[in-house]
Amino acid sequence: MDFLSPSTWEEALAAKSAHPDAVPIMGGTDVMVELNFGRRRPPALLDLTRIPQLRDHGPDDGYLRLGAGVPYTTIIERLRDRSPALAQAARAVASPQIRNRGSVGGNLGGASPAGDAHPPLLAVDALVELASVRGVRRVAAREFYHGPRRTARRDDELISAVLLPEPAGPQSFSKIGTRNAMVIAVASFSLALDAQARTVGTGIGSAGPTPLRAIEAEKFLASEFDWDGAASPSPATVTRFGELVASAARPIDDVRGSAHYRRHALSVMARRAVSWAVTDYRKEIARCA
Amino acid sequence: MASTSTRAPVGLSSVTRDGIGASPRRPDGTLKVTGEFAYSSDMWMEDMLWGATLRSPHPHAEILGIDVSGALRLPGVYAVLTHEDVPGEKRYGLEYRDQPVLAFGKVRYKGEPVAIVAADHPETARRALERIKVDYRVLEPVSDARRAALDPDCPLVHEEGSLPLHEEHNQRGNRVRYQPIRTGAFADGASVEEVRALADVVVTGEYEVGMQDQAFLGPESGLAVPAEDGGVDLYIATQWLHVDQRQIAPCLGLPADKVRLTLAGVGGAFGAREDLSMQIHACMLALHTGKPVKFVYNREESFFGHVHRHPATMRYEHGAKRDGTLVYATMEIVLDGGAYASATPAVVGVASSLGIGPYEVPHVSVDAYGVYTTNPPCGAMRGFGAVQACFGYESQMDRLAAELGMDPVDLRIKNAVSQGSRIITGQEIDMPMPMAEMLRRAREMPLPPDRSSLPAPSDPRTLPGGVANTSHGEGIVRGIGYGVGLKNLCFSEGFDDYSTARVRLEVVGGEPAVTVHTAAAEVGQGLVTVKGQIARTELGVERVTILPSDTRVGSAGSSSASRQSYMTGGAVKTACEAVRERVFALVRERGLVEDGHPDALLSLSGGKVVSAAEGVLISLADLLGGEAIEETREYHHRPTQMLDPSRGQGSSHTQFGMCVHRAVVDVDVELGLVKVVALDAVQDVGKVMHPQQLAGQIQGASAQGLGLALMEEIQVHDGVIRNPSFTDYLIPTILDTPPMRIDVLEHPDPHAPYGLRGAGEPPTLSSTPAIVAAVRNATGRPLTHAPVRPEDIVGIDPPQG
Amino acid sequence: MESDIILRVNGREWPLRVDTRTTLLDALRERLGVTSPKKGCDHGQCGACTVLLDGRRINGCLVLAVACDGSEVVTAEGLGTDGELHPVQQAFVDHDGFQCGYCTPGQVCSAVGMLEEVAAGWPSAAGRPVADTPVLDDAEIRERMSGNLCRCGAYANIVTAVRAAKEVSR
Repeated sequence: MDFLSPSTWEEALAAKSAHPDAVPIMGGTDVMVELNFGRRRPPALLDLTRIPQLRDHGPDDGYLRLGAGVPYTTIIERLRDRSPALAQAARAVASPQIRNRGSVGGNLGGASPAGDAHPPLLAVDALVELASVRGVRRVAAREFYHGPRRTARRDDELISAVLLPEPAGPQSFSKIGTRNAMVIAVASFSLALDAQARTVGTGIGSAGPTPLRAIEAEKFLASEFDWDGAASPSPATVTRFGELVASAARPIDDVRGSAHYRRHALSVMARRAVSWAVTDYRKEIARCA
Repeated sequence: MASTSTRAPVGLSSVTRDGIGASPRRPDGTLKVTGEFAYSSDMWMEDMLWGATLRSPHPHAEILGIDVSGALRLPGVYAVLTHEDVPGEKRYGLEYRDQPVLAFGKVRYKGEPVAIVAADHPETARRALERIKVDYRVLEPVSDARRAALDPDCPLVHEEGSLPLHEEHNQRGNRVRYQPIRTGAFADGASVEEVRALADVVVTGEYEVGMQDQAFLGPESGLAVPAEDGGVDLYIATQWLHVDQRQIAPCLGLPADKVRLTLAGVGGAFGAREDLSMQIHACMLALHTGKPVKFVYNREESFFGHVHRHPATMRYEHGAKRDGTLVYATMEIVLDGGAYASATPAVVGVASSLGIGPYEVPHVSVDAYGVYTTNPPCGAMRGFGAVQACFGYESQMDRLAAELGMDPVDLRIKNAVSQGSRIITGQEIDMPMPMAEMLRRAREMPLPPDRSSLPAPSDPRTLPGGVANTSHGEGIVRGIGYGVGLKNLCFSEGFDDYSTARVRLEVVGGEPAVTVHTAAAEVGQGLVTVKGQIARTELGVERVTILPSDTRVGSAGSSSASRQSYMTGGAVKTACEAVRERVFALVRERGLVEDGHPDALLSLSGGKVVSAAEGVLISLADLLGGEAIEETREYHHRPTQMLDPSRGQGSSHTQFGMCVHRAVVDVDVELGLVKVVALDAVQDVGKVMHPQQLAGQIQGASAQGLGLALMEEIQVHDGVIRNPSFTDYLIPTILDTPPMRIDVLEHPDPHAPYGLRGAGEPPTLSSTPAIVAAVRNATGRPLTHAPVRPEDIVGIDPPQG
Repeated sequence: MESDIILRVNGREWPLRVDTRTTLLDALRERLGVTSPKKGCDHGQCGACTVLLDGRRINGCLVLAVACDGSEVVTAEGLGTDGELHPVQQAFVDHDGFQCGYCTPGQVCSAVGMLEEVAAGWPSAAGRPVADTPVLDDAEIRERMSGNLCRCGAYANIVTAVRAAKEVSR
């Protein structure tokens, strides 16, 4: 197995172009599991730990640009106000040791439907920045996941960053696991409200071949939500929203849980997320008033 | 930790520091915190080879042929061995010799060893495995344990006549052991219908316990070194060196004295190191290649490398009078032993004899089956058959209490055994058994504060789901539950169980010093600490060295059945007493006391010989000079009896232990998530040898019971383990394990050294039903399967296959 | 493919030629004989291989050795100074924060790394909203030590030991 260790971003892009089958590795918390178990024997690894700008984060034309290699710990520590749902997801990732190394780029590269970062990226309508020697392009997270572990990323491209819109309303992330730490999601759900655009975003994890959106549910809640007064939606509305989220999932039975339970849990998480959003939204209105 | 009725043992000095009852530091503690303590996986030798194991991909298949030539051609490969290369006996086993060293004829579980390789690098060894060609004819798996027990048409896992039959266990067909027990009217041939008529209230229930893994953190490993005398030295993490030796030597075709074992550091055991794993394989390869051979399993292989806790299906019926007095109970339990017997016969003996638990019941009928299937082999795990039964009978007690409208603690107290009671085998409990007192104490312990009174009731750290942020208080319901478990301690059913200790007293650097040598396995329980405490107390000498455990001294028996403080503790005590007698003889010889001065008036304390009448007589340093006194003693517990194979009567157990748990849980009843808020325990240990280590045993056993209650299950489908990793086999983290109040009682057992009772297992029994009862209390659901799954709590069918 | 790297382990420099697939854990254990980091699960789910890499606690099984070229690695063997145990190690001994001890080198490295994270003011991975000044109470110790499994279940004593070590180091 070749080990490519570029020291600049340009070198990294050139290396990826020359070795499109090289697997990028940074924190290693996703790739190494595959390697250790012999599930993957890539011909080459492309080590990105020496590329400092992958750990950068800062404003970028109305977005928060988050380098693909920013560890979860940093997201929790420094970016929780700028990316509340993603920070909540980061808190739920694995263990402190893994949060010290793991990053959103790794989650996107592996594209496991159980990755904790995906639902918030879908819910907030983040962009994924892909770079190659041919140039840079930005793909909506909502267009990024194509199939089981298949994404919009082309073989010669590296994930350089994600771009998160300025939060414009309440956001949340919830994850079901059968113990209270170090657990892979049985199902997860993220909700983000955009008070300016008056839209609702959702993201579903671990309940389908890819991370999913509940588009019907988004439209339904956007139309039912009291954007001006934040009146509590009727129980029927909340229930309907939960049902629509559950029906958007395409779960299977596996060792972590049944398909039926996953749908059920999604509907519960979705209902709760709405009530938290209402509470947060009201606080926001009160503060602005 | 509260202790009651602590009393200094008669005749013992309290002057010597760090004797029994104190909490000295573990002698291996410093090495363990610096990482210098050498576990079996840390062994290393110049020039050593790495072993690897080819395992069956099928749960049940005929082996048509094995071709190792491709593997042998790989550079770096030194040996590839199959069953044809086993030098001696082809099979081994703890109780029945039924398990092939390497499979021949057919494979009976997925993961069964078929061939072994030694190579100069672990990766080379793994690649060699890929080049071994095995031709299989796949057979139908025998997956349903209940069918294996009861259906005479079920295909056989072991062909008829292929193994000697154990008639004392009613072994037949797929039954490894069938043990019936009949008492009262059932012994006289009464039918269930007849006995049922005596009761006012009847409750029935079917319960299941899933396959639990011991999940020790240090996977199987060891190093075999060929010796010049044609023998082999094996450095190994095990629970019982001598029983390993007894199984290994015949398979190697060597006398026992040419197979020498030394205990390497043991990274947890919990029953999983009672059976052999890589021991014979490493020795075969070392003898074959003339080089040291090391094996280290990874986590996935470890799931195939050791036996698990037997999954159980249980059917119970209890009848009681309107006032709660138990009238009768019936139980059918099927324990899935998997492909090979391992400890299944003994597990059946425990599950049956303790099947109704610590309750006085006049009429009892038990049918306990341990069976062969083509599922993963099952054997010893902490609690050993008593865990499964305890989940069943305690679930029944709660169900009965609900049916009667009685408080579940009151119902238990009403029917509690006590000293003088007889369990269903007719054996008298001839030691204190203050169950009613223990239940009352558990009930009276302070409860954790209500959620509403917490400073931050929506702090996710205090809620089910934790920081994964599934609830801010929505759907949370609190529940409380109790569990009581009765466990036999030490080996049972006629086994001549003993331990050996060699104790040496001499003067080193002008100071008296004691050396203790046993073959007992330190597996984390703290036996090395306790051995030193006993030597200090008995010989009045603070400086004690514990020698490494090996087979150069007699057997210590197994580090299981909560038995080592009792048995090896007893052996060390007895050997110390023998040394002490010789010291006193020397005192008399030297004329320091008059002839006929009774030993009872002499004692050893603070490195001196002390007379009750005359004070200090002489220091040990002066008395012994250059002389060493060494004594070796075996300690045997009182004899026990086999259960008779038709009615299950006999005094089969050495000692009984008991723990009571009260669990408080918060359940998210909509999501099916649970947080255990408190898990408090009351246990009678007879005598506290080391308060700190004792608390650790109770906490650890309770945590393993918590795992079985809420998350731990090896999922097997048609013989295939579906979750052989720590991603999908979950054990409790520090966040899942709540603070515990521990109340320890000390009612001494007159038959045991110092009056002590084995302490490591009873809490594993009672914590599981207590937690499940608390979840039932919160949800109102029947919850008949351990572990409880989120699906069960919210009322959705669990995942299928 | 092989690479030449330099690892600084417990203050000592080791030039090393490693296969690129070698994890930091394997390099330490098999090549340098530094066996305190343990293998428990092979994929970051047990924490027994926790070491400090450039001062941060990480799982040695999830890092390639070649990616650590030039890095500073501290394991349990290297925590103490001048023959004295590190206060965290001493607290584990004093409070019986272990039984079999297999997870212990990882636990103590994790605790040392965690106390430094707290001292540096890192917010908890918990908390909603996250407190600005972390308060290391027992609940918070559990939260921050949740990446290290202990099958013997010595968790209660681990909490006590970490609390005691925190007070000593204050």
